[in-house]
Amino acid sequence: MKDLVAWLIRVVCGVRALPAEALPPAPVIYFANHSSHLDFLTIWAALPAAARARGRPVAGRDYWEKTERRRRIARDLFNAVLIERQHVTVATNPLAPMLAALEAGDSLIVFPEGTRSADGAIHEFKSGLYHLARGRPGIPLVPVYLQNLSRILPKGDYLPVPLLGSLALGAPLTLGAGEGKADFLQRARAAVQQLAS
Amino acid sequence: MQTDRELLWLVGGIIALLALSSAITFFLKRRPGGPNKVIANLDARVKAWWVMVAVFGVALATGGLGSVILFGFMSFFALREFITLTPTRPGDHRTLFWAFFIITPLQYYLVAMEWYGLFSILIPVYAFILVPTRSALAGDSEHFLERTAKIQWALMVCVYCVSHVPALLTLKVKGYEGQNAKLLLFFVLVVQISDVLQYVWGKTFGRRAIVPTISPNKTVEGFWGGVLSATAIGTALWWATPFTWWQAALFSFLLTLMGFFGGLVMSAIKRDRGVKDYGTMIEGHGGVMDRIDSLCFAAPVFFHLVRYCYT
Repeated sequence: MKDLVAWLIRVVCGVRALPAEALPPAPVIYFANHSSHLDFLTIWAALPAAARARGRPVAGRDYWEKTERRRRIARDLFNAVLIERQHVTVATNPLAPMLAALEAGDSLIVFPEGTRSADGAIHEFKSGLYHLARGRPGIPLVPVYLQNLSRILPKGDYLPVPLLGSLALGAPLTLGAGEGKADFLQRARAAVQQLAS
Repeated sequence: MQTDRELLWLVGGIIALLALSSAITFFLKRRPGGPNKVIANLDARVKAWWVMVAVFGVALATGGLGSVILFGFMSFFALREFITLTPTRPGDHRTLFWAFFIITPLQYYLVAMEWYGLFSILIPVYAFILVPTRSALAGDSEHFLERTAKIQWALMVCVYCVSHVPALLTLKVKGYEGQNAKLLLFFVLVVQISDVLQYVWGKTFGRRAIVPTISPNKTVEGFWGGVLSATAIGTALWWATPFTWWQAALFSFLLTLMGFFGGLVMSAIKRDRGVKDYGTMIEGHGGVMDRIDSLCFAAPVFFHLVRYCYT
């Protein structure tokens, strides 16, 4: 069932499956630019079956728990890690479920811009990626650039237009010794931007 | 239904030609010096040709409807490749939805119901009005004329022009009733074989590029070699068409020319967008648009000339 959904997503978005040897073994943190609902679907669908089974998209709890249907899609089909975006307290620290997933050997698919970009530009990264890198220093961070997906399904629309999307992977990053938060986030964002050209 | 001997000869000839190409690539691969990039590409192309001929054969065998559906899908995929390469803005989103899911199917539906009066003006007139209106309603005026022109052009070339290939089946030529499949086969065969022969002549003897700034692979030697040999093949197939031999020769020459023009224009667009191929759907060839670029200009011209002169 999941393989079929993944195949369907690849056909609709025009994205090819990634070869298994292009990826480091799980756990991995995939971080990408964000412009469409198709973004996490596409990365999830492009991963080889074994990596897909361990790949968990990170998404906003406020959006994905709004209706029962969204909740079911997020939980059952994609095994998403839902995090708090709006009322962050110690008890709802968004880092805790992500670190727990990495601890369990799962990979994460994250969008460090925090929300979908409406203008196509890659916005400043939020600090979560840095805290993940610092919390689990050995885990490779793989930059991913997604192209054209916002043209297929833009923010705020529900009718897709069947254009060809594409997905580019960059070389894995790790947090440098003594590297500051701002520097690291800048470097991570540049790694995604570089794949755009 | 009585079997059409001429149709069998045509199909048999195509299969024999493919078998010969496969045999040649097989020996080229085993030649001392080993396989290289050109031969690997040739190998992929020949294999893809087998698949394309099989799909095309099945579509033709199912009669008119199969061909309409096949070319409808080719238009859809070509439009997908074309619009992907064309910068559009969020304000065009709904317009594009119309282009893909309403205009394209409607055009082929009209071809299937043989409504010539409407399918020949649907895109030049009605899409021409709908496209800018829908984009204007979305409220984005930036590069408006450019965006509108690009979408209209994409629809014309990928959908309108290509739909004239299955429309050949709807022509009522006197004394040729029920045999239009051969006319369609003649058309596709001459245009595509001209493409292949221009490639072969160009790779073997090509020296001077015709338009080096647009396509360094299209050479004077390849052009004349391909056009003349494809015209000769088309002439030799006059028995499968409603034409006399010299009419078949004239039509073949015209088709090879139009095919060349189509390929050249699509190359100019690729070059402008900085890409080599429109897509990756057909192994060795590129995208769907890379394979049917030569059909685009040839189809409406052939359709109208046959319709004007023979019906």
